[in-house]
Amino acid sequence: MDIMMILKAFLVGGLICAICQVFIDKTKATPARILVTLVCVGVVLGLIGAYEPLVKFAGAGATVPLSGFGYTMFKGVKKAIGEFGLLGVLTGGFTAGAAGISAAIIAGLITAVLTKPKIK
Amino acid sequence: MSNVGKKEYQAMANARAKKSPLGKDCLFAFLIGGAICAIGQILLDLYKRFGLSNDIALPLVSITLVAISAILTGFKVYGKIAKYGGAGTLVPITGFANSIVSPAMEYKPEGWILGVGVKMFSIAGPVLVYGGLTSVIAGLIYYFIKGASM
Amino acid sequence: MSKRVGTQTVAFYNPPYVKSYAAIAGPKEAEGPMASCFDALIDDEYLGQDSFEAAESMLLKNTIELAFKKANINTQDSNYIISGDLLNQCVSSAYCIRDLSAPYIGIYGACSTMAEGLMLSAMLVDGEFADVCANATSSHFCCAERQYRFPLEYGSLRTPTSQWTVTGSGCVILTRDQNIIKVTHATAGKIIDMGIKDANNMGSAMAPAFADTLAAHFKDTGRQPSDYDLILSGDLGKLGKELAIELLKKEGYDISGNYNDCGVMIYDLEEQDMHCGGSGCGCSAAVLCGDILKKIEDGTFNRVLFAATGALMSPEMSKQGESIPSISHAIVFEHA
Repeated sequence: MDIMMILKAFLVGGLICAICQVFIDKTKATPARILVTLVCVGVVLGLIGAYEPLVKFAGAGATVPLSGFGYTMFKGVKKAIGEFGLLGVLTGGFTAGAAGISAAIIAGLITAVLTKPKIK
Repeated sequence: MSNVGKKEYQAMANARAKKSPLGKDCLFAFLIGGAICAIGQILLDLYKRFGLSNDIALPLVSITLVAISAILTGFKVYGKIAKYGGAGTLVPITGFANSIVSPAMEYKPEGWILGVGVKMFSIAGPVLVYGGLTSVIAGLIYYFIKGASM
Repeated sequence: MSKRVGTQTVAFYNPPYVKSYAAIAGPKEAEGPMASCFDALIDDEYLGQDSFEAAESMLLKNTIELAFKKANINTQDSNYIISGDLLNQCVSSAYCIRDLSAPYIGIYGACSTMAEGLMLSAMLVDGEFADVCANATSSHFCCAERQYRFPLEYGSLRTPTSQWTVTGSGCVILTRDQNIIKVTHATAGKIIDMGIKDANNMGSAMAPAFADTLAAHFKDTGRQPSDYDLILSGDLGKLGKELAIELLKKEGYDISGNYNDCGVMIYDLEEQDMHCGGSGCGCSAAVLCGDILKKIEDGTFNRVLFAATGALMSPEMSKQGESIPSISHAIVFEHA
C-alpha cells in the first residue's frame, strides 16, 4: 500500500468535494447543475493538459470525482482521434466512459429488481 | 400585503432564514468525499498489485465503486450518508451511480420500460448530454490543433 | 339576509356542526410529540399497496371511512365528499372515493385543502344544499418527494429552510344536527405572491398569504386576535411562523400570544431533524382532526381560528423561474 498516495487521494478528492459544497451552499445550485459543470470542467482541463498532472499527483483523488469522468472522456476522444481520425471525436468520449455508465445501468436494474424504496 | 413591498419582504425573509452551515457542510463534504476517493486509491493499488495495467485498473475501480454505491443505495444507506456528506457523496462516481440507481428503484411501479427505463437517467442524463457535448467540442479543437501542428 | 361579512368573510347563520372527525398519521409522525393524538398510526409506508400513490389513497380511504364510522353514517348517505391532495390530478382522492359511492367534489388548494374544503362544505350545509358533507385530505412523504423533488433513495442535502411532507390525513364530517363544535365563519383568501422562488422555502412563500387572510378576517369581523383562544396556521413551519407574526404586527395585529403552526407542532424539530417543520395537506388536517377539534370539544378551547396555507406552484413552473403563488383560507370553530 502506498500510504502517501492514499493520503493525497483523500486530500485532493476531499478538496474537490468541499469546493463543490461551497457552490451548493452559496448559489443554491441544484445537484444536476454541479455535476454537469464538473464533468465539463474535467473535459476542458483534460484538453488544456491541466488534469493529467493532477491525476499523476493524486490518483483516485482526481479520477473518482466526476471531473475525472470528464477527463476520462477527453482522454478517450484523444485516443480515438489517434486511431480513427475525425470519427474519433464522436466515438471516443462514450467509449471511455462506457465502463462507468454500463456498470451504473446494470447496477440500477439489479437493485430495482431486488429492492424498493423506503422512508428515510 | 398592503404594508410590505415585495423587495422588502424578500429581504426580511432572507434575513430570518437559517443559512446553510457552510463550515460544517464543507468539512463533512471534504471528509466523506475524501474517504471515497481514498477507497478508490486503495482499490487501484490493489488491482495493480494483481498485475493489472493502469488502463484496466482505472475502469475497474469505477465499476467497483459503482457497485458499492448501488448496494448502499439498495440498502437505504447511501441517502443517509448523503444527508451529511452533501457534495462529498454527490461528486464522486458513487454519487453518479446513486443518481441512476435511485430512480431505477423509485419508478418500478410504473413498469420496466416507462418507469425504470425512462426515469433511470432523469438525474444523470444532463451529465451525459453535456459531458458528451463538451468532449466532442474539445475533440474538434484537439483534432484541428493537432492537424495544424503536424 | 346576506351572509357576507365585509369583503372576504361569510358568517354561517345556520351553523354547520362537526359530527365527527378522524386523523391517521405515518411513521415519522408516530415519533413526534403528537403521536398519541391520532386515531391510528401506520408503520408501513406502503399500507400493503404496490406504490406510494396507492398507499396514500388507502390512507385517505381509511381516514374517511373511520370518520363515517364514528359518525354512524354510511358513506352512501353523504351528500358530498369534498376532497383534494397534492398529487397530480388529485388521484389520492379520486381513486379512493370511487369506492365510496358518494357524490365527490374534487378540489386543489395544495396544503390549504382542509380549510378550503371546510369552507365549501360549511357553505353547502348552511345553505341547506347538504345535510351531510364530508371533507378530507391527505399527503404522503414518499409521493410528495417523487413528485416535487427526488427519488427517495437519492442522496440529497436538505436545506435549513426545507420542510418535511407529513404522511397523514384527516376527515371532518359536517351536518346540520346540533352538536358540540360549530363552524361560524369562513374567510376566503386571495392568492398572494411576494416573489419567493425557492421551493425549499415554502414557509416564507406562504406566510404573507396567511397574514393577508387573517388581516382581512379581523377587518371583516371587527374581531381582534385576542378574541380567539387559538390561532392556527397550516404548515408555515418555524420560519414562516416567525414571518407571519412580524407581518401581522406591521398590519397592527399581535398574534404572538395565542398563535401556533401545525407544521411546528407535529414534529420535534430538533430531535427529529425536521429543519423548519412539517408540510403537506395532511399536516394541518391531521393536527386539526387529531388534536384541535378534541380540545374544542372538551372545552380547552372555546373559539379557534384555523387557517391552512397552500403553496400553489408546480415543479415545472419552478424550473421556468416562476415564483410561488400562495393561499390561505380561514375557518372559525366554536364550542357551541
